[in-house]
Amino acid sequence: MPPKVIPIFAPQAAQTSGCGAKGGSGKSSCGSSAAPSDMSPEVWAKVKDHPCYSEQAHHHFARMHIAVAPACNIQCNYCNRKYDCANESRPGVVSEKLTPEMAAKKVLAVAAEIPQLSVVGIAGPGDALANPQKTFHTFNLIQQAAPDIKLCLSTNGLALPDHVQAIADLNVDHVTITINMLDPEVGERIYPWIFYNHKRWTGRDAAKILTERQMLGLEMLTAKGILVKVNSVMIPGVNDQHLAEVNKAVKSRGAFLHNIMPLISDPAHGTHYGLTGQRGPTPQELKVLQDSCEGGMNLMRHCRQCRADAVGLLGEDRGAEFTTDKIAAMDVAYDPQPRQAYRAYVERERRDQDTARASELAAMAGQAGEDKVLVAVTTKGGSRINEHFGHAGEFQIYELSGAGAKFVGHRKVEHYCQGGWGEEEILEDVTAVIKDCAAVFVSKIGLCPRKDLAAAGIEVVDAYAHEYIESSLIAWFRQRLEKDQPVAATAA
Amino acid sequence: MPYKIVSEECTNCAACETECPNDAINEKKSMFRIDAALCSECIGYFDEPQCIAVCPIPDCIVIDEKLPRYVA
Ligand code: SF4
Ligand code: SF4
Ligand code: SF4
Repeated sequence: MPPKVIPIFAPQAAQTSGCGAKGGSGKSSCGSSAAPSDMSPEVWAKVKDHPCYSEQAHHHFARMHIAVAPACNIQCNYCNRKYDCANESRPGVVSEKLTPEMAAKKVLAVAAEIPQLSVVGIAGPGDALANPQKTFHTFNLIQQAAPDIKLCLSTNGLALPDHVQAIADLNVDHVTITINMLDPEVGERIYPWIFYNHKRWTGRDAAKILTERQMLGLEMLTAKGILVKVNSVMIPGVNDQHLAEVNKAVKSRGAFLHNIMPLISDPAHGTHYGLTGQRGPTPQELKVLQDSCEGGMNLMRHCRQCRADAVGLLGEDRGAEFTTDKIAAMDVAYDPQPRQAYRAYVERERRDQDTARASELAAMAGQAGEDKVLVAVTTKGGSRINEHFGHAGEFQIYELSGAGAKFVGHRKVEHYCQGGWGEEEILEDVTAVIKDCAAVFVSKIGLCPRKDLAAAGIEVVDAYAHEYIESSLIAWFRQRLEKDQPVAATAA
Repeated sequence: MPYKIVSEECTNCAACETECPNDAINEKKSMFRIDAALCSECIGYFDEPQCIAVCPIPDCIVIDEKLPRYVA
């Protein structure tokens, strides 16, 4: 089967025109293959194809996680080691285990099938650096087998300072550290214990050591020019008030990206938080915190908290196509050519979409004033409005203003089209998820949901089916402004 | 000699394996086992049994009552 290549572009925040011109807030990008004005070309080269590090890239590129690291050296209250952990992107430790050799073969198999693949990461199921032999041996094998694929890893940071040199030697150029607190009083409510220096530490001592190791590791990595993303789990009533401080601390130590993720908590997961009724934040609460942390630093809003064995574009998981049995039976060979062709294609699409967006923005220039509005989009990737409303597993949320269209997050929903009972209730939930949006952009939609959404005051727009997301949103926003104009004119 | 792994509790995470100073822990057929002949209860190495200190599951590694305690 020939690889399915989906057309492209990328939501970034606004830009008026050309290089150096900054259109309002957010990160502007200038020419699609050139680095944005606030990013050095070296950094841009590292992030432009990494779906987790670049909001642009996540529409086009795929990642895979390989679960070769089962052991962990700390315990978090949002994690039960026996079952899948939604927060640390961890499948249950008992699910399929991969040897480094199998993992390298899996990478080749996925690369052959998915030309969008650009990054392979080790994120668990435990902690990548609590299993240093397995992690580094796996990276070594992948680097030899498929040198065009980038490597990244995620860690809680406890063992990080001991391994910075090995990380640099293997050319791992992206590291994610989960940092949930700096204050030991907050920390003792998140971490019951850590294992460090041949001892189990509890309470504030544990939190204090963890923070020291995380900060040291972060500084050592940035000193070597390795890009660091910091993940924080937002836990209402525990660290929500504290994360702005964490944001400052990691920013000042040179972290490249801060990703504040919502706590996922459910009694069925058997976690301490799940069992004690600790709730996660609402999408609105999360956005308020993210907004308050923005400024001078890239904030990641597109994280899907994927599992440590996820395969595919963010938001999708094709892991089931690559189980151990299937890989064992596969004959795989290294062929970078389809990926090179795909990357060249993305470059062209990015340029094209940039041009489209720039001309829409120019047309709107000066009309917007202070107006801001949220809209929802259904997409399958490629930065186009190309998903049927009823098939959408999530909405991408954009904020429209005079500065353009800015991606501000995604919200998960249950598929509405399931053919059967319960559809009305699901539709109600779906409507609630996007109730703060003025419109929803889809490639197609059924008659009933269209009526219900309209009744809820959400405009359904299918006029831009299969077109680029950003330029379409700006065009729609501009027309909306023009409609409002006569009123303003009469008033004046 | 006296620690053992309760296999119904064990998640096969392998955390204990690398921490044991006596290399007493091994995986055989997807099951982690402590070789009673090698386990010294960490006496002479560390203040606390390393396997228990690192194991994420409470009561997964316990004293094997059928065996005599280790004497240094
Ligand atoms: S869990 Fe978050 S950081 Fe990891 S691949 Fe998914 S989106 Fe990227
Ligand atoms: S108690 Fe110490 S010596 Fe015995 S198995 Fe555990 S780690 Fe090894
Ligand atoms: S640390 Fe505990 S759960 Fe992990 S393999 Fe050892 S005994 Fe099993």
